[in-house]
Amino acid sequence: MPSVAIFPAAASTNAHSVDQLLLFLVVVCGSVGLLVAFLLIYFSIKYRRRPGQVAPPPETHSSHKLEWSWTIAPAFVFVVMFIWGAHVYIDAYHAPDDSTVIYGIGKQWMWKFQHPEGQREIDALHVPVGGSVRLLLTSEDVIHSFFVPAFRIHMDVLPQRFTSLWFQASKPGEYHLFCSQYCGTGHASMIGTVVALEPADYRRWLQSSAEGSLALQGRKVFLKYRCISCHSANENARAPVLEGLYNQPVPLRDGRTVIADENYIRESILNPAAKVVAGYDPIMPTFQGVISAEDLMAVIEFIRTLKPNETPPRVESFPPPVNPPDGDPQKLPFGAVPDTDNSKSDNTNAGNSKSNNIEHPR
Amino acid sequence: MSTEILESQIAEAPAVVQPETYLNFTSGILSWLLTKDHKRIGILYLVSVTVMFFIGGFAISVARLNLMTPEGSLIPADTYNRLFTLHGVIMVFFFLVPVVPAALGNFVLPLMIGAKDLALPRINLLSWYLYIIGACWTLYAMIAGGIDTGWTFYTPYSSQASHYDIVPTMIGVVIAGFSSLFTGLNFVVTVHWMRAPGLTWFRLPIFVWTLYATSIIFLLAVPVLAMALILVVVERVTHIGIFDPALGGDPLLFQHLFWFYSHPAVYIMILPGMGIVSEIIPCFARKKLYGYTFVAYSSMGIAALAFLVWAHHMFVAGISVYAALVFSSLSFLVAVPSAIKVFNWTATLYKGSISFATPMLFALGFVALFTIGGLTGLFLATLGMDIHVHDTYFVIAHFHFIMVGGMVMAYMGGLHYWWPKMTGRMYSQWWSRMSALIIFFGFFLTFLPQFVLGYNGMPRRYHSYPPEFQVWNVLSTAGASILAVGYVLPLGYLLLSLRYGKRAGPNPWRATGLEWQTPSPPPKDNFEETPIVVRDPYQYHLEKAQNEL
Repeated sequence: MPSVAIFPAAASTNAHSVDQLLLFLVVVCGSVGLLVAFLLIYFSIKYRRRPGQVAPPPETHSSHKLEWSWTIAPAFVFVVMFIWGAHVYIDAYHAPDDSTVIYGIGKQWMWKFQHPEGQREIDALHVPVGGSVRLLLTSEDVIHSFFVPAFRIHMDVLPQRFTSLWFQASKPGEYHLFCSQYCGTGHASMIGTVVALEPADYRRWLQSSAEGSLALQGRKVFLKYRCISCHSANENARAPVLEGLYNQPVPLRDGRTVIADENYIRESILNPAAKVVAGYDPIMPTFQGVISAEDLMAVIEFIRTLKPNETPPRVESFPPPVNPPDGDPQKLPFGAVPDTDNSKSDNTNAGNSKSNNIEHPR
Repeated sequence: MSTEILESQIAEAPAVVQPETYLNFTSGILSWLLTKDHKRIGILYLVSVTVMFFIGGFAISVARLNLMTPEGSLIPADTYNRLFTLHGVIMVFFFLVPVVPAALGNFVLPLMIGAKDLALPRINLLSWYLYIIGACWTLYAMIAGGIDTGWTFYTPYSSQASHYDIVPTMIGVVIAGFSSLFTGLNFVVTVHWMRAPGLTWFRLPIFVWTLYATSIIFLLAVPVLAMALILVVVERVTHIGIFDPALGGDPLLFQHLFWFYSHPAVYIMILPGMGIVSEIIPCFARKKLYGYTFVAYSSMGIAALAFLVWAHHMFVAGISVYAALVFSSLSFLVAVPSAIKVFNWTATLYKGSISFATPMLFALGFVALFTIGGLTGLFLATLGMDIHVHDTYFVIAHFHFIMVGGMVMAYMGGLHYWWPKMTGRMYSQWWSRMSALIIFFGFFLTFLPQFVLGYNGMPRRYHSYPPEFQVWNVLSTAGASILAVGYVLPLGYLLLSLRYGKRAGPNPWRATGLEWQTPSPPPKDNFEETPIVVRDPYQYHLEKAQNEL
């Protein structure tokens, strides 16, 4: 006997609000539907044509009062549905500020995820119960859609662009992760598993990382592509300072202002001439076709975590940095630790990244 | 209700030798292929859309059978993807959109307004040829080459990734689109210019109102679809970045353009259905249509609002929250006139004298299924609900309730209502009423389980699925088998009626419309002399109306 799904598991905070909304809609629409069905059947029986009946029934005059009332009453009910639905929707797409950001990539036909702590997984996503998780999603090819029925949340995954959604798992377990936007032959097999773990289990799982945090990996990429030769923390004239940039307004050469979110950062890496920051020349080369999607995400995570006067997490495991252009150890950008201080920082600064900060001139 | 009562309600005509009709005034294949008579072109359309309906239906039957088991091992994934694409493209562009306007509308619109023909008879024939060319071309491309994008053709999958015959398929759809465009143009001109003396706008039957509203949608929306598809073709051929972001294009642009046509297209399908039901219910309840002006205005209201809701297909596509709020509220707005109509049809039954001839059974089925389809549409318009059920079987169930439960039920009602007018023959009441019931229950069994599947999270367009969804899929497939029987039955008894059916006479239903005041089948020029209209439509309560016919 196969198992029968009557009602889906509800395993996120959002699931409960969507289920309540469903209940409301089912009750309201159900009563209207039953009313119409009842009237259709009742009238059909009561006013059925009897044998021998020839005279037509008398005319019943239309009542404008009645017609206006059945125009306005649904309109009023619709307003309630709209407001309630909008409320749930806005909640579902506005992540709390303290959410953990996990990057996801859709690709024909698999899901890849990168955790800030450095774990990478394919067709599986581990998340903590009770912690809010914000996913930043992009696609390597066509449009996919991230769908976890148990979380009642859904977002299309677009190529060359980030879309985002968030959820807070409320019940440990394993849940289906589907691709719900048709994406080719293997669409139906683009299925993964979301594993919601109790916080303690989740911490244990996180410690299995071998590669260091995603920001750290991003920093490696940042150094590998020599981004640092222009984007140092020094106020040199060639490129903007990146520390503290994320989610801040940036004035552009053409007078507009954009918010430096992940989409702007991504665009600036792949198509640097599109939105050039005021006061700088469009001299940056494009990294389109050079940088892989995973590396791009790692760099964005690195930039995202750069705060003024604060270094990325797990700085203690940073490898020796490339020397900045001016070679002045006192002006090392991004909290990089000078070669000579490496052993010291490894030994003494575990868990205390602040002490690694190096003041840079501003 | 026994069959005898019903048979007695159908006024039997004396068996006289039929005078010259549109069917027999000339003969030979060429007299049909070169005809400019709207009735013959209507019949040509009827035959061609019926062929397309069975091709589209066969495709999905195989796909549905495949879903009996979670592994979907009956056919390979690629075949499945091509079958549901074939089903969608054929059913939407070559059946649902043209069937009522081009087949039934073509036949009855001039009759209903007391005209000799459509205003542009040559354009009318041209539009049938465009339809046939588009249909043959598309079918060939889809069967010989194949296409697996789904009928929505979303980019960049369609513009770059898919390796199938997308370009020829799209060209076929664009050609068929021009057929709709010309039909729409023809209807608008005809309704404006060719109404019989005395037939003012507010004496028009509702079916004419809805065909007019539909035609306006054709005129405004089809060019946008043509544009969108041609741009995909351009991108595939030249690799200029329009929709593919890897080339600098915007994938959401396609969705905006596509749905700007394809959402109004839903109203192209459903509006004429509403018109048919507004003819049938008054006739078989012997009542004036309740709130005629509200129903007429709500048709135009739906046509206008239809253009403002396209982005409700994109709530989870990455549009801004503000855009989502606007399109959600507008979507609720378009539900208001639809609700008005359901209440008006129900109120028309009140204190009526209701008989359950086949057209009426289909019309009542329409009201029931359309109501469910409309109410579940509210779930999808509600933003917080759409983020869960979007792109799941819930959506499939919803739009099949509207487009198949609603639209096809209404079309079947219209076909059975006007069949005696078109052919001069009655069909078997018993078999036709059986088929109405079979279709109704088969439909319920097919699509109700899909709401459950959808809320449980089964995404659409999956050729295999996790095993916990199996029971609902098996139920749905069982329903589809019943539904298939219901659709094949009419083919049998309607064809038999051509030879064995008893003669229908000019007005077997004792209806009030102008089309019933001329012999069945109508003569070549529709009316012996142009009728003069002296009263409002649906005056079933007047003794005179019944006696004089």
